[in-house]
Amino acid sequence: MAPAPVTLLLVLGGAFLCVAGGVPGLFLPPGAPARRIATAGSVGGSLLGLAGAAGAALTGRVESLTRPWPLPAAALHLELDALSAIFLVPLFLVSAVAAVSGARSFGDAEHPADARRTRFFFGLITGAIALVLLARNGLFFLASWEVMALSAFFLVTADRSSREARDAGRLYLFATHAGTLTLFGFFAVLRHLTGSTELVPLARGVAGTDAGTALFALALVGFGFKAGILPLHFWLPPAHAAAPAHVSALMSGVLIKTGIYGIVRFTSLVPDPPASWGDLLLVLGVASAVLGVAFALGQHDLKRLLAWHSVENIGIIVLGLGAGLAGRAAGRPEWALLGLAGALFHVVNHGLFKSLLFLGAGEVVHVAGTREMDRMGGFGRVLPKTAFFFLAGAVAISGLPPLNGFASEWLVYLGLFDRAQASGADALRAAFAAPALALTGALALACFVKAHGAVFLGSLRGEAPNAHGEPAAHVAPMAILAGACALLGLWPAGIAPALANAAAVAAPGPASAVPLAELASLVPLGLSALALVLVLGAVALFLRGRLAAAPATAGPTWDCGYARPTARMQYTASSFARGPVGFFKWALLPRARGVPVAKLFPAGARFESHVPDTVLDRAIVPAFRAGAWLAQKGRALQGGRLQLYLLYVVATLVALLFRV
Amino acid sequence: MIDTLVHVLLVLALPPLLPGVIARTKAAFAGRNGPPLLQGYYDLARLLRKGSVLPAGSGWVFLAGPVAGVAAPLFASLLLPFGGHSAPVSFAGDMILFAYVLALSRFFTASAALDTGSAFEGMGAAREVAFSCLAEPALFFGFVALARISGSLSLSTMLGTGPGWVTAGAPLVLVAASWAVVLLAENCRIPFDDPNTHLELTMIHEVMVLDHGGPAFGLVLYGAAMKLFVLSALFLRVVFPFNVTDPRLDWIAFVAGILLVAISIGVVESVMARLRLVKVPQLLVGACVLSAFGMLLLAR
Repeated sequence: MAPAPVTLLLVLGGAFLCVAGGVPGLFLPPGAPARRIATAGSVGGSLLGLAGAAGAALTGRVESLTRPWPLPAAALHLELDALSAIFLVPLFLVSAVAAVSGARSFGDAEHPADARRTRFFFGLITGAIALVLLARNGLFFLASWEVMALSAFFLVTADRSSREARDAGRLYLFATHAGTLTLFGFFAVLRHLTGSTELVPLARGVAGTDAGTALFALALVGFGFKAGILPLHFWLPPAHAAAPAHVSALMSGVLIKTGIYGIVRFTSLVPDPPASWGDLLLVLGVASAVLGVAFALGQHDLKRLLAWHSVENIGIIVLGLGAGLAGRAAGRPEWALLGLAGALFHVVNHGLFKSLLFLGAGEVVHVAGTREMDRMGGFGRVLPKTAFFFLAGAVAISGLPPLNGFASEWLVYLGLFDRAQASGADALRAAFAAPALALTGALALACFVKAHGAVFLGSLRGEAPNAHGEPAAHVAPMAILAGACALLGLWPAGIAPALANAAAVAAPGPASAVPLAELASLVPLGLSALALVLVLGAVALFLRGRLAAAPATAGPTWDCGYARPTARMQYTASSFARGPVGFFKWALLPRARGVPVAKLFPAGARFESHVPDTVLDRAIVPAFRAGAWLAQKGRALQGGRLQLYLLYVVATLVALLFRV
Repeated sequence: MIDTLVHVLLVLALPPLLPGVIARTKAAFAGRNGPPLLQGYYDLARLLRKGSVLPAGSGWVFLAGPVAGVAAPLFASLLLPFGGHSAPVSFAGDMILFAYVLALSRFFTASAALDTGSAFEGMGAAREVAFSCLAEPALFFGFVALARISGSLSLSTMLGTGPGWVTAGAPLVLVAASWAVVLLAENCRIPFDDPNTHLELTMIHEVMVLDHGGPAFGLVLYGAAMKLFVLSALFLRVVFPFNVTDPRLDWIAFVAGILLVAISIGVVESVMARLRLVKVPQLLVGACVLSAFGMLLLAR
């Protein structure tokens, strides 16, 4: 008898607790008991699931469960392997901290009608994502996928009184169903090729055929909608901006990664991926990364800016996947290992720092009463802890050492550099991807200097915000996430076995002869990060000593001799981003409006600029307008008169007669 | 061990000399005497003893800028070979860490500028981060080219490709030209930024640190000099990738080379005017294209 699937049962139990915690709240009156049950369910379930997932990730054990399901061709086939586990770890971690944070920030007092519904769907989506990651049967996968997608819709529209949230929810619903429809096609073709609805490997040689290409295209579009790969990202910025902060944290940190999971799981079923697949992913990754961060720079809305950064980070992940696939196609397991491990590491890392940033942003938006960064400023004095942890998240997401964002980008870089050293035109593609990643990093740095600076630094722009302290329920989740970011940055070798196990599942076939930690010099990297912290600390101590030795006074800032600077003269977020936005105006198409300064002694002037989503505004919306226009024209056929319909029947019969 | 000691001592002691060398070179071109060579050290000693005026409302981030400004180049120098002596710390991929550690100092310098709430300092920070968006790819195109020439992913072995000038001379010339532009841009020298300008509107680096004073400003000056030193050492190793056989002679050759780079910067600053700010991105894109061509020449 096979040993009991302990880790799988832990994960399932955790997922069940998360879902079950929200149920009593639907029947209890809104208030503290219902809230506590839901939060306890989410936290307890997540801890249970985290234990199981971490165990499976580190040991690389594979455990499965199969139960019949009374549907044709379907089975409740669940399997936990290291690849699923590496996605489950951030899911449960983020779910736990976001549930705690959300119980406070989206509470019954402010949202009496919506809070309990939101808590229920929050638990449900955690469970559904876990099932998506465990499902090994196509139909079961689709069912879980749909539960997940619909829960996300109800979470985006959590605040039903907001028109913006309803609009964003509708756009999301359209996008997610377009994706699901494509996935139906994907699983149909997969079944046609493998003869089974189970997720079983394709035969060798199938990937290169037309059917194989179609399968890849369907997977890329279907999963790409969920992941938000450019140009399928258009639902993402509005949805993440409109949703409550803890929901944005879970969606941006974890939910969109299910799209990445789908692509990785699918390519793991292909024994011989063609080189063109990897290169296509490389191009898509570069486009998403560079343009995602460029669009982010143009945003005034703090949460929309963070959402665009998800497009960027998905781009970095896809870049890593592309490097991995190309490595497999070239028969170089060490490239594949570096690329895939980098991508999977970035999946974990982005889950941590993006949810950290969203939780911080949620508090800022709550205090400021607006999401406009140009109306904020100086919040560091009102929310010092939030400011500190937001800064940690900003450093991490900009990919700067010593935090975790650098460690995962490092793996991707190494994969690209290794390939760039090879001979042949093939190497050139990687050779261009590395500088593109460097460009992305520099732009992300600019963007987060702007976001953190405009919100937390400088002086208050409007009236003083209504601060009410920083309770532990808000600070502790951010502290946990920031701590995890620091841990993974300072000790990347610790997660290397889990990454190697997951990459081995994602890239079946010959394994790299050198273990990951050694291949990517993760131990020296961790020690270097530690040394960097020590050097920073030493210089800081030195400065502190010098400052203490001599008197320090406070004075007004230097504004070029102008003696009465006001807070409104500060550089705004929009002005700050003007340079880089200008470099990318061919894609961003920024719109500026205003009354320019004219004549001597001008009476008044005004200026505003926006960077709308080019894909949504220039492609999706016009396409749907055209569709609606055509449909409107088609309505002329529907006259509603019987004679007319009889005429159609006769005309059709005559046409058929001529055809036969 | 001795090498590491000399390495660290050089990084700590030599940087304040470089601005002095540049200033003396410029003075010589202008027919002036110029400040003493050791002026940088005098300034530092004076500033570190002074009290400071902190802008009202600024927090710890304001002081984190100067700290990161010194710590980052100091740490980055540990990854860099000085002349023929390999770096104290080296491992595969350390050039990526090198670039990103310098980016960390940029993050905090720009954030410190924003913490003052001054319009001018915000402007400087915006320019700094925008221009480095273009300098970074130029640096990385160069890294890829050097990695292909040397077959190595570590700065110590990647840069010491003496034979590279024979087998891949043309790409190396392009990379060196591109990195010379990066060296000037990253250190805010003419033609990108005039360190001696007195008009805040046209400044980049200087305007970011207007409000720093006393020990914090001392660290800013020291950090800027150290960054100039580190990037000069990187550039020097590309232009002169040969080892001098005797280790002591090699150290002397390295110091002489660094001084030569500083003098060249002085010459460039004397014979050129600062570019208009709108032209700066064009020159940086030009640098990217140069090193990208360098990389393309290696495609075989």
